[in-house]
Amino acid sequence: MISREDVEHIAWLARLELTEEEIEKFTKQLGQILEHAGKIKEVDTRNIKPTSHPWPLKNVFREDVPRESIPLEKALKNAPQKESGAFMVPKIT
Amino acid sequence: MSKRLHPLAQKFFKGELTPSELLESYLVRIEKHNPSLNAYLTVSFDEALSQAKKVEEKIVRGDDLGVLAGVPVAVKDNICTEGIRTTCASKILENFIPIYDATVIEKLKAEDAIIVGKTNMDEFAMGSSTENSAFGPSKNPWDLDRTPGGSSGGSAVAVAADLAPLALGSDTGGSIRQPAAFCGLVGLKPTYGLVSRYGLVAFASSLDQVGPMAKNVADCAFLLQVIAGHDPKDSTSFPNEVPDYLACLEEPFKKMKVGVVRELAGEGIEKGVKEVFDWALNRLADAGVIVEEVSLPSFEYALSAYYLIAPAEASSNLARYDGVRYGYRDFEAKDIWEMYAKTRAEGFGAEVKRRIMLGTYALSAGYYEAYYGQAQKIRTLIIQDFNRAFEQYDLLVSPTAPTVPFKLGEKVDDPLQMYLSDVCTIPVNLAGLPAISIPAGLSDGLPVGFQIIGSSFSEPMVFQLAKLAEEAFSFQFKPSY
Repeated sequence: MISREDVEHIAWLARLELTEEEIEKFTKQLGQILEHAGKIKEVDTRNIKPTSHPWPLKNVFREDVPRESIPLEKALKNAPQKESGAFMVPKIT
Repeated sequence: MSKRLHPLAQKFFKGELTPSELLESYLVRIEKHNPSLNAYLTVSFDEALSQAKKVEEKIVRGDDLGVLAGVPVAVKDNICTEGIRTTCASKILENFIPIYDATVIEKLKAEDAIIVGKTNMDEFAMGSSTENSAFGPSKNPWDLDRTPGGSSGGSAVAVAADLAPLALGSDTGGSIRQPAAFCGLVGLKPTYGLVSRYGLVAFASSLDQVGPMAKNVADCAFLLQVIAGHDPKDSTSFPNEVPDYLACLEEPFKKMKVGVVRELAGEGIEKGVKEVFDWALNRLADAGVIVEEVSLPSFEYALSAYYLIAPAEASSNLARYDGVRYGYRDFEAKDIWEMYAKTRAEGFGAEVKRRIMLGTYALSAGYYEAYYGQAQKIRTLIIQDFNRAFEQYDLLVSPTAPTVPFKLGEKVDDPLQMYLSDVCTIPVNLAGLPAISIPAGLSDGLPVGFQIIGSSFSEPMVFQLAKLAEEAFSFQFKPSY
């Protein structure tokens, strides 16, 4: 079963600041969902290979043809904050 | 007119109306009904009208026209449209204006279609009712107290209430088929890789597909024809040649043998839905289709596997919303770590947070093998079960959803109950297969969907049975809109 500490740890890993109320609610709800999902543990899968994708695709190449790139101004269009042609972020500590 | 124009576009040549008049007839209905239905989040009045004018000029000049010339199409708001706000129904993308078109949008434009607006959805396509939209739920035109389904609920409402003749949705676990069922429409989830995902905002990349929603099978096939095909910008898109779906509908059908999936058609299916489904099976048998029952035992675990795999992929895909390059940012934070955590806390809604948490947990050290790893193995078992079934049957069938449209608010505080409404649609996504929902009948005055599942790239046969079923069920009901 998932504990309150687990929820706080996952929230930190996922970079989500949760309120006290959310921590409580998620502890309960994630517990219920994981209990239901945990049903899969009863299946014997010893000789079964995992599937990560519908088709066994790998190394899809295309011709390396130069194309026009996105202009700087356009690339920065949706930036919350920008300066001197760059994305601006708060201090990195 | 050498090319096959859509029936609506053909009207322009019979002098019945002009592209602007057609568009305006929809815009008038949108202005009147969208405030109560909340199908559209953005209506692109000006762009749409100027597009319609361009099509008009082409007609006057006698230029070559695209097959969807002047036909309005509603687009789910997780598909990027250059210059038109694309929000994913999330506060975190509330003001996001894409700088490029998704490939499916380029294809629509190349055929002279008119993008009429962007439709409401569950935030980041996570949900089954459109109630997880940051901009309020869409309402089901069959009963305004009920959900239209989700996550492509806005697209379904737009078509069902005649606010657009055609729409695009996306389907990760049933998000096209379930709202199509709830609104009495036809909706197809194509084979994984048939339609480009370039410009579709990623939720679970190994499951997501863009697909058509329409009032009938022919329109659904028509729209698929336009959006299907290989795209070098999507490395998971398949290089196969796209068949002529409309021609397939006109060919004589071979005698088909279909399997009713016991695990999706028995326990857990509401009585009224089951009655309509059984009636529908009898109509197919009357029409000469061989109908037998088949058991696919691994499906019992499909929902559980999905609700580990999809959140795991989502937790990784949604890491990009960090307040740096686009989207919402918290400006109060004193350093970058606080900025990330606050931006995401304020920008995402409850269900998105829940799935990010669930996915992060399933991928975290100590739990990876037991949850994500085991779910991937269940996925293999589901694919194997499907493969065995398709050795015996041409197609498989089931109800599309276990219930009729449920009441708004009924399941919104109980995530597990909400997830259970995807139980019939999920196995298809895990295996990457094509599946369509068509309306079979009514239960308590509400539409019930019939799902047809095919093997990979068998859309032509899926459409053939859907067409046959459409005639056999003769669903003539409409919401009063």
